[in-house]
Amino acid sequence: MKANIKTNIIWLIIMVAGFYLINTLILVGVVNAFIENMLVTIGINIILATGLNLVIGFAGQFSLGHAGFMAIGSYATAIITSSMETPAGFYIALVVGIILSIIAALIVGIPTLRLRGDYLAIATMGAAEIIRIIINNLKITGGASGIFNIPNLASWPTVYVMVCITTIIIVNFIRSRGGRAVKSVREDEIAAEAMGINIFRWKLLAFVIGAATAAVAGSLHASYLQTIGPNDFNIMESISILIVVVLGGVGSITGTFVAAAVLGVIDTILQNFGTLRMVIYSIALILLMVFKPSGLLGTWELSLQRIFKHKRKTGGVAND
Amino acid sequence: MQIFFQQVINGLSLGSIYALLALGYTMVYGIIKLINFAHGDIYMLGAFWGYYVINSWHFNFIEALLSAMVVGAVSGVVIEYFAYRPLRHSPRITALITAIGVSFLLENGMSYLFSSNTRSFPQIIQQHNYNIGGVLISNIQILILVTACVLMVLLQLIIKKTKMGKAMRAVSVDSDAAELVGINTNVTISFTFALGSSLAGAAGVLIGLYYNSIDPLMGMTPGIKAFVAAVLGGIGSVPGASVGGFLIGILETLFQSIGLSAYKDAVVYGVLIIILLILPAGLFGKNKKEKV
Repeated sequence: MKANIKTNIIWLIIMVAGFYLINTLILVGVVNAFIENMLVTIGINIILATGLNLVIGFAGQFSLGHAGFMAIGSYATAIITSSMETPAGFYIALVVGIILSIIAALIVGIPTLRLRGDYLAIATMGAAEIIRIIINNLKITGGASGIFNIPNLASWPTVYVMVCITTIIIVNFIRSRGGRAVKSVREDEIAAEAMGINIFRWKLLAFVIGAATAAVAGSLHASYLQTIGPNDFNIMESISILIVVVLGGVGSITGTFVAAAVLGVIDTILQNFGTLRMVIYSIALILLMVFKPSGLLGTWELSLQRIFKHKRKTGGVAND
Repeated sequence: MQIFFQQVINGLSLGSIYALLALGYTMVYGIIKLINFAHGDIYMLGAFWGYYVINSWHFNFIEALLSAMVVGAVSGVVIEYFAYRPLRHSPRITALITAIGVSFLLENGMSYLFSSNTRSFPQIIQQHNYNIGGVLISNIQILILVTACVLMVLLQLIIKKTKMGKAMRAVSVDSDAAELVGINTNVTISFTFALGSSLAGAAGVLIGLYYNSIDPLMGMTPGIKAFVAAVLGGIGSVPGASVGGFLIGILETLFQSIGLSAYKDAVVYGVLIIILLILPAGLFGKNKKEKV
């Protein structure tokens, strides 16, 4: 327990320090608007990818419909804050987006989570496309052209805090009783069921938490970019979130952080290459996957506890 | 009733394109359990090859079709060799991301090299419409249907009657056991890619004739639709892929004709989800029993 408190405090210090580091860098001028934009995009991708990693990496359910839930969060924020241009409006919109997204996740998840593997992937992809097509045809969502001039109520500190909150919630869930249940479902459904675990309920819970975090990310996306359209949330968006998860290592939360950062930086650097950008990006993706098939970190986590243990053994001999 | 039959005819011609693509998906999935996202882009390569040889080398339809099939087959084998073979024993999701990477590479590479403009496909066959009891059928539609059916029958013959087909079926059931009885799995998998990709190349030329316009991103949507068709028919099942393709083509055109064209994709996905809920392994898929 003591070790837990120690690591928790250190993580808290790291979070606060990270915040002040970025803050001073912005004040000093090292981080300009361009880089700030990159950081916010990385933050949003981290929220999306940790949520998806919970569903794919920990619950073992292959979902390809993450962008659909992101769309719900985005549109809820866009519609509500357009008529309520206050920070309170943003948080109300955030909560409404999360609730709507959870309802959608229940509607999608209850029937489809009975499917397995690639069938589940294709069913969730279909569900996300249905969400997108409905948004594309409604009046309130601005149809195919989307919504413009959304008030900017989410600056980078909001994104930073949200990244921290969603990560803490997901990591705590993974380490709770629920998390162990979810991981047992991933390892062997039949064995888990034999141990008295209601596999369907835990799958659904992981799926719903993933959808809720996607809605948070969508909300920040809408508020920060101020323009959204249905095509921002197509299959390619779901796939790009999946790329972050797999590149970081399926089942590694810190890996997701690393991958989101790496991809964000690569993307920003490649902006200078114009049309060649996507060609280089795709070659980099193929090479990374061929030479590092388990992702950047695999299932390995950067963990403070392990560092402490390592230190305590000391003598420099111990090497697990 | 006339309108209905008209839409069924249109749906069948569109569906035969989806079916040709879906066959490639289903064969590759059956043998190495990989969703080959780059398959739709091989279809795009086939269409561009057809465009090039008809314009520059003045090929006729048959020559263009056959050469596009060869180009499709070669590119499929090359992609398999460089991108998928090193990942044969890694997690399936990794191979999936690689396939997506290859798809991005083909789309953006073609856009970069030959610009992303839409081109009009040369009309080598003069279009005639035949009126059969009020239903209009063009010779191009007949050609697409006949070509697709001939190719599907050929494929079925290759899979069922040749030694290579037997090897393909063996590898898809159990690749380790197949290796033990002396089947060269690598050659068999390459052959599967060649077969599937040649069908995609043919589909590319056919769609060029049918829709008259091609561009480097044309493979994305039909690729996903064809994959949906393959899943609908039961992925891994060859007749399932053909039936799924025709079904999706007909559904799409029917909903377009009753004025729901904005929702036609939603309907396709809705039908997919409902069918999967009733038959979790698709229409023709084998439902595996759970074993402890």
